[in-house]
Amino acid sequence: MGHHLLEKVEESSLKTEVPEFEIGDTVDVHTRILEGDKERVQIFNGVVIARSGSGTRNMFTVRRIVAGEGVERKFPVHSPKIAKIEVKRSGVVRRAKLYFLRDRVGKAIRLKERRRKATD
Amino acid sequence: MAKGILGRKVGMTQIYDERGNAVPVTVIEAGPCHVLQIRTPQRDGYEAVQLGFGDRPRHRAKRSERGHVAKLSSKRARAKSATESEVASKADCEPKRFVKELRGSVEGYEVGQEIKVDDLADIKAVDVVGTSKGRGYSGVMKRHNFSGQRASHGVKKVHRHAGGTGCSAWPSRLFKGRRMPGQYGNSRVTTKNLKVVRVDADNNLLLVYGAIPGPVGGYVIVRETNKV
Repeated sequence: MGHHLLEKVEESSLKTEVPEFEIGDTVDVHTRILEGDKERVQIFNGVVIARSGSGTRNMFTVRRIVAGEGVERKFPVHSPKIAKIEVKRSGVVRRAKLYFLRDRVGKAIRLKERRRKATD
Repeated sequence: MAKGILGRKVGMTQIYDERGNAVPVTVIEAGPCHVLQIRTPQRDGYEAVQLGFGDRPRHRAKRSERGHVAKLSSKRARAKSATESEVASKADCEPKRFVKELRGSVEGYEVGQEIKVDDLADIKAVDVVGTSKGRGYSGVMKRHNFSGQRASHGVKKVHRHAGGTGCSAWPSRLFKGRRMPGQYGNSRVTTKNLKVVRVDADNNLLLVYGAIPGPVGGYVIVRETNKV
């Protein structure tokens, strides 16, 4: 009861063109940042290791290594502050959550590249 | 009547405002409500408007509920109308599930009038009254956020107990208001001064900032706040 009403409310906050990317993709996330009156775009590059939630609460987690330290950032897919998500390369993965990457260091974090099909 | 309406909690979600910030909102299916009765000082001793929300199928409604919203042709009603005494007017709508009165001036309201959510469009903030989720007979840790006792160091079987409740020879009794286990929840709760985020007149929806009391599907009273 009422679930369809929640969807109606969320509709207005959803992006019409949902950015396409998959778990294991290496992406550039372009984030709009307000500094005073000026708007600036910041880029966060890393591997998508998880996606969670539905509707406006759909989030994805991006992991990268900064100065030898693992850094993870969680972004809302539909936030207007996310200007663009660019897929740089795709990895071959067999699970939905890549939390095993957290225990890996150095060369072991690399994922095998997935070749896009010719039809793409 | 202070501006208000009856409704039903649909659930919580988040939307984005014009600056791109996520806003936590509770969605309330508010109205349409019918004015079922007007309370006047002359007849009832106080002023209030009685609203009804949500239809109850006629075959499920009690006769008194049906008679409250529309005229029933009964022997008594006929006898009454024959004497030409004044009969209270009826809203002439379906029987209602949720009926509540809102106190305040009754000017501009009449029985049978429909109240919709766009009446609240120019309101900044509201109070929401609901019945909180029932938690039954609860201990002090859940009910009053006590800390309980230690897991070890000689504590036996009383890990979630309150500990001491009073003093000793003086005063030889407990002071009133001592917080103890008891019924928790399932009581009337008012959340005050919630910002109105959006009014969706097409779908009869009202979006308020933050949480409101009660379970999803619970009935609530929404009225203009006296704060601000």
